[in-house]
Amino acid sequence: MSGVQGTGGTGLRRRLARALAGGGPRLPDAPVPGLTLATAKGLTVRLGRRTVLDGVDLGVAAGEVLALVGPNGAGKSTLLAALAADLPPAEGEVTIEGRPAHAWRAPELALRRAVLPQISTLAFPFTVAEVVRMGRAPWARTPAREEDDAAVAEAMEDAEVVAFHDRPFAALSGGERARVALARVLAQRAPLLLLDEPTAALDLRHQELVLRVCRERAARGPGVVVVLHDLGLAAAWADRAAVLDGGRIAAEGPPDGVLTEELLSAVYQHPVEVLPHPRTGARLVVPRRPGRPAP
Amino acid sequence: MSTATRPTREAGRGAAERAMARRTPLLAAGLAAALAVLALVSAATGAYPIPPGDVLGSVLHRVGLGGAELDRVGESVLWDVRFPRVVLALLVGASLGCAGALMQGVFGNPLAEPGVIGISSGAAVGAVAAIAFGWTFLGTWTVTVFAFATGLVTVVVVYALSRAGGRTEVVTLILTGIAVNAFAGALIGLFVFLADNAQITQITFWQLGSLSQATWPKVLAVLPCAIAGLLIAPAYARRLDLLALGERPARHLGVDVERLRLALILVVALLTAAAVAVAGVITFVGLVVPHLLRMAAGPGHRFLVPGSALAGALVLLTADLVARTAVQPAELPLGVLTALVGSPFFFWLLMRTRRRQGGWA
Repeated sequence: MSGVQGTGGTGLRRRLARALAGGGPRLPDAPVPGLTLATAKGLTVRLGRRTVLDGVDLGVAAGEVLALVGPNGAGKSTLLAALAADLPPAEGEVTIEGRPAHAWRAPELALRRAVLPQISTLAFPFTVAEVVRMGRAPWARTPAREEDDAAVAEAMEDAEVVAFHDRPFAALSGGERARVALARVLAQRAPLLLLDEPTAALDLRHQELVLRVCRERAARGPGVVVVLHDLGLAAAWADRAAVLDGGRIAAEGPPDGVLTEELLSAVYQHPVEVLPHPRTGARLVVPRRPGRPAP
Repeated sequence: MSTATRPTREAGRGAAERAMARRTPLLAAGLAAALAVLALVSAATGAYPIPPGDVLGSVLHRVGLGGAELDRVGESVLWDVRFPRVVLALLVGASLGCAGALMQGVFGNPLAEPGVIGISSGAAVGAVAAIAFGWTFLGTWTVTVFAFATGLVTVVVVYALSRAGGRTEVVTLILTGIAVNAFAGALIGLFVFLADNAQITQITFWQLGSLSQATWPKVLAVLPCAIAGLLIAPAYARRLDLLALGERPARHLGVDVERLRLALILVVALLTAAAVAVAGVITFVGLVVPHLLRMAAGPGHRFLVPGSALAGALVLLTADLVARTAVQPAELPLGVLTALVGSPFFFWLLMRTRRRQGGWA
């Protein structure tokens, strides 16, 4: 009884807040650690006639970094796109904040999840600062627009793009563009971050930087789903890893339990060695290579 | 952390961005002022010269703020010939400039322009059909309505044919334009074949692009289309900025891309139809104007969309003034004049892009 009244109360308050905010979109719940942000249940996605995802079950909670790993074509990007409500499920369901993903309107989704695409393009010569500021667009009609300047400045600092903030996006190198795109996604300050290979174009230092930023964001509440190819990065930085293989989840759990020699060797169809770091004991994942003949 | 590396709110905005932000109001004011002066000059200039002071006086007199009436001939020249023409030039120019900016935004491609990709020809098909078959069942609006209908069909067709994976390849866009222009040209040719001599003359002159037949009823015939388009367009500026990131990223930032696309296609069809119905096919205004403005004030659509309308009006008013005074007492066709100036600009754009980034892939 009290529970029913409680929901009615928040609903009314929400509607009132919406009306006061000038009819803006419904604001997302604050990400309390452990709260489920998005789930896939029995998710099957078909692209054309090909079944790309086949009965995937996965949840993302606030405050965690979840790595999606697996060989090319395993369905990592498709899973990410389905969680972002870009692709409709053929079977099963994706929910965001407890509601079916397709039931949300685009402006409401934009307050709940930010997405970093694998490749970032830009049609017109906007500057870096302008591109990052675009990440604030979803909040334009909410009270959170007060945070715009702070969010943009913080995101540009975190992604290390301040040095070229007034250069046009087109004049940047691939790695710089990738970081600008990341800064735009960070500036959005959504409770759920979906990052598709954020480290692909980056040098070693910036790969570490990106994953460190993911951890820092997760510590503040948001949940982060990140597609990675570097299993060492996944082992070192993720709370959980999900290994995809042929559209199914082959294993899922803390990296130490999941990223094993047997599983990875089978999934990647290449012998893989997992060894402890000589100093820290952290897991190192390397492909087994034939010894090079002495010169 | 030292203060030198610590980014501030200022860094978040960026020096270049702030310079742009300062420049846009100045540019807008400059364009508006130039437009007012040029409208006055244009109304004063012609075979029957009227001093600008007298033009102002007559306007003030009509709106009841003092001033003085001109003699009978002067009043008639000013109010029945010159002013409708000036207003029509403003409407057509603003529509073309604005439509160019919108199309480049929605196609995510700096070469999109109603003339280049065939929307104008598509609209012309409807207009020519209405003239050739002598249709008048919608009164003065008949030509405009037909131009709008076929223009709309053409935008939809071009859009559907040239987009793949959320963006438009330049080559595909241009080739689609060639195909659409050829097909529209064939249809127009067919209508001309079916028309009688008087109608052929009317169609030919109209096709060259001219405002010489400007009358108040003509102004009235395109006013609703042009005003509706020009008023709706700026509302989509912010979303067009986001669309520059691509369709999916724009959706991730809360843009309902399907609805935006549909609305903008309608607006482009409205604006192009308004321009084509009265002035025939006038190319390059929609291409040149947004480019120049982007160079001067950056790519942000909040200035670019209304700014292109202002600058488009300015360009067309200038072009029309030149067209009717350069070879007096004859008159140059307006469409020929804009193409004469616009085509070399297009060449220059091609050269510049090739030099900078190896051409459009």
